[in-house]
Amino acid sequence: MKYGFYPGCSLEKNAYAYNQSTMAVTKAFDIEFVEVEDWNCCGATEYIAIDLLPAYALISRNLAIAAKQQSEQLVAACSACFLNLKKADHYMGESHKLNEKINKALAAGGFNYEPGSVKVRHLLDIIYNDVGIEAIQEKIIKPLYQLKVAPYYGCLVPRPAKMGSFDSNEYPTSMDEIMRALGATVVDFPLKAACCGGHMTQISEDVALDMMRRILKNATDNRADLIVTLCPMCQFNLDAYQESVNKKFGTKYNLPILYFTQMIGLALGMSEQELGIGKELVSAKAALTNISEEPPPKPKRVRRSKEALPLPVLEEV
Amino acid sequence: MSKEKVGVYVCHCGTNIAGTVDVSDVATWAGENNDNVAVARDYKFMCSSLGQELIEEDIKEQGLTRVVVAACSPHMHEKTFRGACERAGLNSYLFEMANIREHDSWATTNKEAATQKAKALVNAAVDRVVQQSPLEPIPVDINPNTLIVGGGIAGITAALELADAGNHVILVEREPSIGGHMAQLDKTFPTLDCSACILTPKMFDAGNHDNITLLSYSEVESVDGYIGNFTVNIRKKAKSVDEELCTGCGICEEKCPIRVVDDVFEAGLGYRKVCYRPFPQAVPKFPVIDRENCTYFRTGKCRLCETSCPTNAIKFDQEDETLQLTVGNIILATGYDLFDARRIPQYGFGRYENIFSSLEFERMVNAAGPTSGKIVLRDGVTTPESVAIVHCVGSRDKNYNEYCSKVCCMYSLKFAHLVHERLPDAECYNFYIDMRTPGKGYEEFYHRLLEEGTHFIRGRVANVTDAALNDNEVNKLIVQAEDTLIGTQRRIPVDMVILSSGVESRHDAKEVTQLFKMGCDFDGFFIERHPKLDPIATMTEGIFIAGACQGPKDIPDSVAQGAAAAARVAGLIQRGTVMMEPVRAHIDQEKCSGCRICNNMCPYNAIVFHEDRNVSEVVTALCQGCGTCVAACPSGIISGAHFTNDQVFSEIEGILWDVSPEKVLA
Repeated sequence: MKYGFYPGCSLEKNAYAYNQSTMAVTKAFDIEFVEVEDWNCCGATEYIAIDLLPAYALISRNLAIAAKQQSEQLVAACSACFLNLKKADHYMGESHKLNEKINKALAAGGFNYEPGSVKVRHLLDIIYNDVGIEAIQEKIIKPLYQLKVAPYYGCLVPRPAKMGSFDSNEYPTSMDEIMRALGATVVDFPLKAACCGGHMTQISEDVALDMMRRILKNATDNRADLIVTLCPMCQFNLDAYQESVNKKFGTKYNLPILYFTQMIGLALGMSEQELGIGKELVSAKAALTNISEEPPPKPKRVRRSKEALPLPVLEEV
Repeated sequence: MSKEKVGVYVCHCGTNIAGTVDVSDVATWAGENNDNVAVARDYKFMCSSLGQELIEEDIKEQGLTRVVVAACSPHMHEKTFRGACERAGLNSYLFEMANIREHDSWATTNKEAATQKAKALVNAAVDRVVQQSPLEPIPVDINPNTLIVGGGIAGITAALELADAGNHVILVEREPSIGGHMAQLDKTFPTLDCSACILTPKMFDAGNHDNITLLSYSEVESVDGYIGNFTVNIRKKAKSVDEELCTGCGICEEKCPIRVVDDVFEAGLGYRKVCYRPFPQAVPKFPVIDRENCTYFRTGKCRLCETSCPTNAIKFDQEDETLQLTVGNIILATGYDLFDARRIPQYGFGRYENIFSSLEFERMVNAAGPTSGKIVLRDGVTTPESVAIVHCVGSRDKNYNEYCSKVCCMYSLKFAHLVHERLPDAECYNFYIDMRTPGKGYEEFYHRLLEEGTHFIRGRVANVTDAALNDNEVNKLIVQAEDTLIGTQRRIPVDMVILSSGVESRHDAKEVTQLFKMGCDFDGFFIERHPKLDPIATMTEGIFIAGACQGPKDIPDSVAQGAAAAARVAGLIQRGTVMMEPVRAHIDQEKCSGCRICNNMCPYNAIVFHEDRNVSEVVTALCQGCGTCVAACPSGIISGAHFTNDQVFSEIEGILWDVSPEKVLA
């Protein structure tokens, strides 16, 4: 399997662990990445909010290069990069006017992009749909038995719906399924697709900290050992600001935030070092000792009282 | 061939056609360019009596031998214009219609192209009509028996109407008892009548009527034939109970040691025995044994029902039975399915135990239901202090069903009323998008609820969660919604959530349409003959629809449609015969080589082979005019009346009038 790959700035710096683990895991599944040559920043969430046209021009330069490199599918691991690339491609296809303007701007640098020629996909989509649960299971050496994880999707991968998505927009389950396949126990996590606050930390820290608090609280309330994410921004916020949250609200959250690729890597028997585990600020060391060699005992059937009414049955995922 | 005198009439249909097609140009052009056209006119509304008179006068005064009307779909007005021709003494099969509305003016805004296409369609119709021959419709006797599929309130109403008028009805119901969804309800909006009290007398009547044959626990397996003469096969599933011997005493049900969750009648909120009647007032009174869960059928042991039956009516060896019946008309009243709220995971149904579906709540508030009418949480004992009712679950939502389910606002209001009535201290919240209460006494009921103190919050619910953000929310279900009237996000912690799920077509609606050879729309609701003027008939003659299988409907609407369908059928029965299109195949006996290829092709077994003469022949009474044999005949000597090769080829040539043969071949 061969794809174009757009790393984005965070994978070079604060999310280097994501980069490392992505490369290690994709290699194990024979995925070949062709990096976009001389790629540039996607503008994150800010530039689009300030000036659309240069923002889209900046993003589509990467699409143009990917197209030139004949990458029919372009993979991004960072949620913001993924959404920006997808948005630019989508709106260029939708608006002839925008397409013209952007291509005029691209022409100044000798580029050209035909919307629709590159299909933008998120790394999770590739692992879940192209690699598939079965292929992952076949390669598992060290199952993550008894580790309780809260899979956290954030907002930029599941939404918006109108550009089409590979999972539910409100209650995604693809990462849950991958975690279960690895042997981990997935806890109920209603806020799995809520926003972490993004760059709100820079605008109004109070608002941002409260947004992070509810996510940390929800995962802790549901007894997660750690949160697993697919987004450098989510990881950074929940990890780096956890201490500030604790200080502000007088809480004692101690929840490591790891990438789903790190979890897959662990189950495939890769070393923590190889996967960049240890680079996180809230150390995952203690949490990872919960991994057991034994699968968890079958949950006891809760005896319901005689008066209790039957429950609607959810199909087992 | 002598020249025909064709009259061409181009209809404006107000601006429906004239707004896009230059109608006078089309008429003039037809008069000038087709030698057979004697008269060509355009007129505002051809279907009006004046428009029809125009045709009649021209036939009489100008001696027209053929008529073409370019207007709407023949489904709409072919009958109208055929009538005009007949009145003026012209055989109605010498008339042809060109559809320049649905196939032309409505399909484009390009005037030039539309006018060009209208000319081609008119030209084709003229070229075809000159090839047509006079035909006479074939009278068909109507079998006076009627099949009604579905024993809900719509089907029961239709059955009683027909039976009371002296006609025999076969009422087929899939479940062990008739009654449908209405039997599950406690109160009906807005009058708060007890649902069972008004329904059970009708069920009893339907079950005991001399003119109604009730086949419960049965399904239609195949349908053949046509209006007046349908042959249906009905599979009577084995009840394992001999109806001749059973008295309906209920001892077997009492003795049965196995109980399972009842997903049908109790909507999953309660249990039933394996040997069961869905509810005490079930009609017919006979229980059935659910073989899938029965210990005897699984292990060969138990037999408690059999040993306890005082009349030895339990028959484990009973087998499914197939009945073949002939009926003249069919009414489909197959009802609806409730939207499964598990499909919206963020609403938490199935994940949080104190979230209930609307039918679960109907059963809960029903005095005969699992909690004897007490409103309690899933533990069966705790009384909720606050209840949230979420409207539009699966309705008015592009991700699920775009349409409004019509009944949910009203039943949600009824729920709120019942909460106030039974739990006077509880807070009740209604989360709605728009309050839709059109109906007699409905808006007044809404006002009553406003007075009763229900909190109405206008906003679609984003999610229901147990993720508490503060102490007030701990151990509660939090309903989050944007209150669009005050423009803010609201989080309301409650003990109980009711999801007002919408109405969906039956999961097997598509198979049913295939079985009965009619159509359903994208949502699975059966398609009526006309959305305004004929919501009762279907495009298939002799098949009628009633109730929620046609679209979301409340009880009074379903009853009205059931009665209307019965009236339509009664009319046909009274008439006794119906005229069928004389579109039939004919084999030229002189030229038939006796190859017999057509014999097996015919889906109606309407072709016989004469060994002595070595030729095949079509039995006109059985032929349905489908045309399969016409296409299959290797010698090309089978012709379909009104669809002869000459007629079809002339039509094609007519439509391609402006295309040179070279171009066609290229």
